[in-house]
Amino acid sequence: MHEEIYIAGIGGQGALSMGQLLALAATSENKKVSYVPSYGPEKRGGFANCGVTISDRTISSPIISEPSVLVVMNNLSLKNHEDSVIPGGIIIVNSSMVDLGVKRSDVHVISIQASEEAEHLGDVRVTNSVILGALLELTGVVSVSAVEKSFEQILPKRNLDMIPINYKALEKGAELARVLKKEWSNLS
Amino acid sequence: MKGNDAIGEGAILAGCRHFFGYPITPQSEVTHYLAKRLPEVGGLFMQAESELASINLVFGAACAGARVMTASSGPGISLMQEELSFLAGSELPCVLVNIMRGGPGLGNIGPSQADYFQATKGGGHGDYHIIVLAPNSVQEILDIMKKAFDLSDMYRMPAMVLADGIMGQMMEPVVIDEEKSIEIPPRPWATIGRDYHEDRNEINSLFVILEEMEEVNLRLLHKYEEIRAKETLCEDYMLDDAEVALVAFGTVSRICRAVVDKAREQGIRAGLIRPITLWPFPYDVISRTAKSVQCFLVVEMNMGQMFEDIEIGAKGRAPVYHYGRLGGMVPLAKDILEELKRVSERGGTGR
Amino acid sequence: MRKITARPYSLRDVPFHYCPGCMHGIAHRLVAEVIDELGVSGRTIGISSVGCSVFAKHYFNVDMIQAAHGRAPSIATGVKRVLPDRVLFTYQGDGDLAAIGIGDFIHTAYRGEKITTIFVNNAVYGMTGGQMAPTTLIGQVTKTTPFGRSVEINGNPIRVCELIAPVEGVAYVERVSLHNPKEIIKAKKAIKKAFEMQLNGIGFSLVEALSACPTNLGLSPLEAVKWMEEKMIPFYPLGVYKSPAGVV
Repeated sequence: MHEEIYIAGIGGQGALSMGQLLALAATSENKKVSYVPSYGPEKRGGFANCGVTISDRTISSPIISEPSVLVVMNNLSLKNHEDSVIPGGIIIVNSSMVDLGVKRSDVHVISIQASEEAEHLGDVRVTNSVILGALLELTGVVSVSAVEKSFEQILPKRNLDMIPINYKALEKGAELARVLKKEWSNLS
Repeated sequence: MKGNDAIGEGAILAGCRHFFGYPITPQSEVTHYLAKRLPEVGGLFMQAESELASINLVFGAACAGARVMTASSGPGISLMQEELSFLAGSELPCVLVNIMRGGPGLGNIGPSQADYFQATKGGGHGDYHIIVLAPNSVQEILDIMKKAFDLSDMYRMPAMVLADGIMGQMMEPVVIDEEKSIEIPPRPWATIGRDYHEDRNEINSLFVILEEMEEVNLRLLHKYEEIRAKETLCEDYMLDDAEVALVAFGTVSRICRAVVDKAREQGIRAGLIRPITLWPFPYDVISRTAKSVQCFLVVEMNMGQMFEDIEIGAKGRAPVYHYGRLGGMVPLAKDILEELKRVSERGGTGR
Repeated sequence: MRKITARPYSLRDVPFHYCPGCMHGIAHRLVAEVIDELGVSGRTIGISSVGCSVFAKHYFNVDMIQAAHGRAPSIATGVKRVLPDRVLFTYQGDGDLAAIGIGDFIHTAYRGEKITTIFVNNAVYGMTGGQMAPTTLIGQVTKTTPFGRSVEINGNPIRVCELIAPVEGVAYVERVSLHNPKEIIKAKKAIKKAFEMQLNGIGFSLVEALSACPTNLGLSPLEAVKWMEEKMIPFYPLGVYKSPAGVV
């Protein structure tokens, strides 16, 4: 098992938290893991990306240039990073925020209206957890329960009451991914 | 654990209880961590008015016999260079961390290795060296902090840990060994008041009599020679049968390790040399390797600084090539691999 | 036979290198006598600065540290923060304290560090050979103001006591002079008070001691004393500027 996951969005969308949840979950499962964030100089609203490598062998480079999984949460991120994904890799698109289409035909694409789904659940802030639920369902890179346990470490104390809704969001994402996965056979 | 936090926690595990510093991106998180953490262990975190004051507060605390450190990034480290010379001349131990950023000038906050010359060749005035260590993982950051304090104490000179924004921001799992008890060596030379030791102590780097100054210089020289002989650290990867040796330190060495894997998959016999101490530099490993490889490819986030040390080590026995990204840009594995293919063809028919 | 005077214990038995008519020797002796009288010699650490007083590290019989130019207050702070029960003093000239080191000095004062600064002001750079100091008087001829210091080119002289007295955290500020026995006795009292402020944990203390540099003024020692009386003291008035009772 070796996944290189690159998550790209703008500040406030929860890209970095998603990466940290994955990293903490992988650590708790004794997997090798590295997490490298990169963001613009703006304190708010600049680009916010991170790369998470999870593996059962020693991780050579923590710097991801050819991800096996790409998550994009805005148009610019898709434009900038679409070409980097390895053939046969996965691109997860938050189609609530991205209206550009994926041009690649040699990768699996999963589009989720994650922001709307989060709003239906009652809080748009759990958008990233919907996406993360889908990612876990598609890759199985870490267990859902390990991610669930990591929320406590990521959420600020004042938001601990948001844990249940985040669990629901993970579940929702997984459910959507299960349906969409069936269409993967169409991959050329 | 995050790299910047590992710097702080590593220092605390090493018995450091005093930190003096000034905020600068991308180093500020080290100060955030220690500002909270040091008081918890009975230590002192103090924000100074400048890097100039920081390093002089460090100087004072070192005179008083404390295990003490500061951290900064390029521009702040430049301001500290005068005092580094004084610390070396006064033979005081302390640890500095430089989270390098893009430069020159104000540059940017991107990851860089542009301060290699400044760190390893003596950025201040006079004839001196400092110990320079370059970790490449969060676990190694944690462990190398103790190593830095130990070496600094043993040889009574400043030690610097050289990293970059990626190392600082990177999170990796770490194992913390809290069982180890810390033994801080006695400091009979410290200026803690005449009542607390035999005789009277003077900490000084002024020697107006030329012969006396030369004697001090010679003592430093012997110390530096001893460190070169005993403390040089270097790691290699797949080097035994390598035809092309990549050479890289810190963040870039991690990327190059992945490049070696990819190259091997494609049938190219690549290997990697990773200096861990940048001063003292592992010239021996380079000159040994120069006999067995067709060429070296030095990869850095600068215009070719460590490159010059590889040329010194290779002594003309094998060609040395350089691949660098500048300005805060990080070299990509696939680009390094391309360069590797190019030079392995050239290197094979070279000198 | 009764011994009526002796070298203070806190002064070492080595000859001073200071020029004839220089008043550093007097200031050294006063500081050493005060350290003796307070009985803190064994737990005092002194910081010598850069300038003529660079050799102070060699003369005081206490643990001494040689600082880089202007940095003595920061170094003293570093020691004091590690060893709060020790007695720290910096011994600085006008170039060291009021030019290159004024930043360290002001921040140390604002932090209210419990250290004592002895500031010797002779209105000229001695060791480097008679150049302008930040305290050089208007019109005063030095190597770098051959036509006399002018406000237009060089700005105004810095009055350190007046600058620092209003600062919170500063416990005691007094300007004294070393040009005659009466003033020297007052100077010693001031130095003692300054050290006592530190020992009582009240805050930062400063004694500015006016002094003459006959060598660089091109005057005889006696003429230099006269110059101090006529030129220097009127511009730098003597007296207490700050005490725990407040700003004077």
